[in-house]
Amino acid sequence: MADYRSWGHARAASQVARVPAWADAPPGPGLLSEPPARGVSSLAYGQGRSYGDSCLNSDGELIDTRALDRFIDFDPSTGRLSAEPGVTLAQMLRLIVPAGWFLPVSPGTGHATLGGSIANDVHGKNHHADGCFGRFVERFVLQRSSGERLVCSADENAGLYRATIGGLGLTGLVLEATIRLLPIRSDRMAVRIDRFQGIEAFSALAAERRDTHRYTVAWLDCAAGGDAFARGVFLAANHVDKGGPLEPVPAGTRLTVPFAMPARFLNRHTIRAFNSAYFARHKSLHQRQISQHYQGFFYPLDAIDRWNRIYGTRGFHQYQFVVPPGAEAALSSILQRIVRSGMGSFLAVLKEFGDLPSPGMLSFPRPGLCLALDFADRGARTEALIRALDDEVRQAGGAAYPAKDRLMTAEAFRAYFPGVDAFTQYVDPRFSSDFWRRVNG
Amino acid sequence: MAERTSVILGATSALGQAVARALASRDEALVLIARDARRLERVAADLRARGASVAVHTGDFDDLDTHASLLDAVGEADDYWLFYGTLPDQHACEQDWEATAAALHTNFTSAASLLTRIANRLEPRGSGCIVVVSSVAGDRGRGSNYVYGAAKGALSLFCQGLRNRLSKHGVQVTTIKPGFIDTPMTAGIEKKPAPLWATPERVAADMVRARDKGGDVKYTPWFWLPIMLIIKSVPERIFKRLSL
Repeated sequence: MADYRSWGHARAASQVARVPAWADAPPGPGLLSEPPARGVSSLAYGQGRSYGDSCLNSDGELIDTRALDRFIDFDPSTGRLSAEPGVTLAQMLRLIVPAGWFLPVSPGTGHATLGGSIANDVHGKNHHADGCFGRFVERFVLQRSSGERLVCSADENAGLYRATIGGLGLTGLVLEATIRLLPIRSDRMAVRIDRFQGIEAFSALAAERRDTHRYTVAWLDCAAGGDAFARGVFLAANHVDKGGPLEPVPAGTRLTVPFAMPARFLNRHTIRAFNSAYFARHKSLHQRQISQHYQGFFYPLDAIDRWNRIYGTRGFHQYQFVVPPGAEAALSSILQRIVRSGMGSFLAVLKEFGDLPSPGMLSFPRPGLCLALDFADRGARTEALIRALDDEVRQAGGAAYPAKDRLMTAEAFRAYFPGVDAFTQYVDPRFSSDFWRRVNG
Repeated sequence: MAERTSVILGATSALGQAVARALASRDEALVLIARDARRLERVAADLRARGASVAVHTGDFDDLDTHASLLDAVGEADDYWLFYGTLPDQHACEQDWEATAAALHTNFTSAASLLTRIANRLEPRGSGCIVVVSSVAGDRGRGSNYVYGAAKGALSLFCQGLRNRLSKHGVQVTTIKPGFIDTPMTAGIEKKPAPLWATPERVAADMVRARDKGGDVKYTPWFWLPIMLIIKSVPERIFKRLSL
C-alpha cells in the first residue's frame, strides 16, 4: 500500500486506498456500492497536489484515480475533450497542443488531474480574463454512493454540477468530464516583464495590462523589508498569435530532488539571497518582451520533480488568500507581518483576480488581490503565523484557499464561503475528508 | 498508413494499455483483443483519441477452441504482444487442485496454444515479432507463489524453444521478465521495498525497446537481471530453507 500524502507532506492516520482500473463498471453494483475496504467514508485522490488535508481521509478510504487515466474523446475540430478523472493536465497538453489547442485554465502545475482541477475549481494566470477552470467544464458524470450515475451540466442536475465544481471531492466520484479548450497557433508565449516596487505599483501594472494580456502574474519578494519592501517582477503574456511550432514537452523531467533536504538548508539567509538573486536576474529584462515556451511560463516548477522535498521531512504549509478590491492596505499589512516573521520563503505569487463568476458554489477565487506563499513547517511558530494571517484576511473580508490549507477553522471557513449552506445538501453521505471534518467541527 | 500492425492480446491489462499507448504514439496500427467488450471499447477510445488506428476483437483466451478463428478474424499482422494472465492466490491453489489447474491453464496452456498458432502464421511469412510477458517468478520456484511461477517458468521455456525454432525463419521471439509492477492488480500489496516497484509505463518502454532492438530475454527494470542471477545461484540446499 502506497503512502498517500498531500503535497505539503500532510499525512493522514490509518487510511486505506483502492485503485479502481475501470470507471465503467457494468450496470448493477456501481463503483462505490461495494462496501469500502475499511472505515465509513471515501474520497477521490488524484496526484496528491493539494497542499493541505483536503485530499486526505483519516480512518477512511481513498479512491486512487491514477488508473482512470483514459481519454474518451478528443475532437480537434471543436476543441472538446472528454477524459477520465485521473488524466493529468500535462497528459492532456501532450495530446492537444499538436492539434492547436490549449487548456482553458492552467494552475501552477501540469501534474494536477482533471478530477482535481474540477474539485478545486483551479484558477490560473488568466483569471482576470477567463475566470476559473469550472467555467470550461461542460458536463461530467458523477458516481454517487447511492449507486446513481448522474450526468451533470448547467442544464442537467444543475445543483450537483455547481456543488461539484470547487466541491473538494465531497459530492461523489467524477467518472468522466468534458471540457472546452482554447485554440492556439503556437506553443510560444510572448511575455512582457516589468520589475516593480510596492503594492500600488503592482496594482497599476495589473490595471494597465488587464485588457491587453490574457495572462498576468507577479513574483513577489516576501523576505525583503525597508526600501525593498514589496518588490517584485510582473509578467504579462499572451499566446503568440503568429503560426509557430506546436510542440508539447515530452513526458518525464530531467531533475529530481532525490531526498528530503535537511531543514537547515532553508533559513533566513538562503531565502533572502534567493529572492534577491531572482529580482536581480530580471534587471536586464525590465520593460522588455521575451518569447518563451508555454511550459516554462506556466509550469516552471514542473522542471524539478518532487520539489516539495526541499522543505525537508516535516514538509511545509502553503498559504493562499485573496483580499477584495480596495484592500491594498490590508495586503500590505499582511505582507509586512510575513517579512517581519522572517519565515516567508521562496518567491510568493501575487495575482489580480477578475470578476467573472464561477459556477462553483465553493469556488475560492473572487475579485481582488491574491497572494500565495510557502512556509517551511516549523511547528507551533508556523501555525501561529498562519492563524494570525487568517485573522487579518477575515477582517479584510477576504478568503483563504482550501486546496492549500490544513489549519482553517470552522468559523473562518463559514466566513470565507457563505455558499456552504447551499452546498451541504449536495455532499454525498459517504464522502468526507480531513479538511471537511475539521471545518465542520 | 501505419507501417506496422501490432496485435495486443490482453489489451485491457495495465501493461497492455501502456504498451498500446507507446505504440500509438509511434503511429503503429493496433488490433486489441480482450474478453470484456465494454472495457475493450474504453481502451480503444483512449487510443483513438491519441490518434491511433485501432481495431478490436473480443475473445476468451481460456477457450482454446476459439483461438484459430480469433486469429483468422485478426488477419495479417506484424507483431503479437501477449500480455494476459492471472495472479492466482497461492494459498487457494495449495488447497484446491481446480484453482491450480485454472491458473496453469490461463497462464501457460492457453498461451502455448496461441503461440503455436501465431508461430505457424509468422514462420512462412519469414518476418514479425512475438513479445511475451513472462515473469521473474518463473526463474525459480518459491513457496509463496510456485503455481504462478511454474506457469511462467514453463512459458519462458516454451518461448526459448520457439525462439530457437523461429530465429531460422526471420521471426523474433522476445521474452519479457518484469519484476513488481505497480498496477491495480497489485494495489493491495505493500510497495516495499519501494525502488523495486516499477510503473507500467517504465516496463512498457523497456518492452518496446526490446522489440525494436531484437532482444531475446529482457528483464525489466534492468536490475532484475542481477537480482535473479543471485537468486538462481543460491544452492537448493540453502534455498529450500528460505522464506521468499
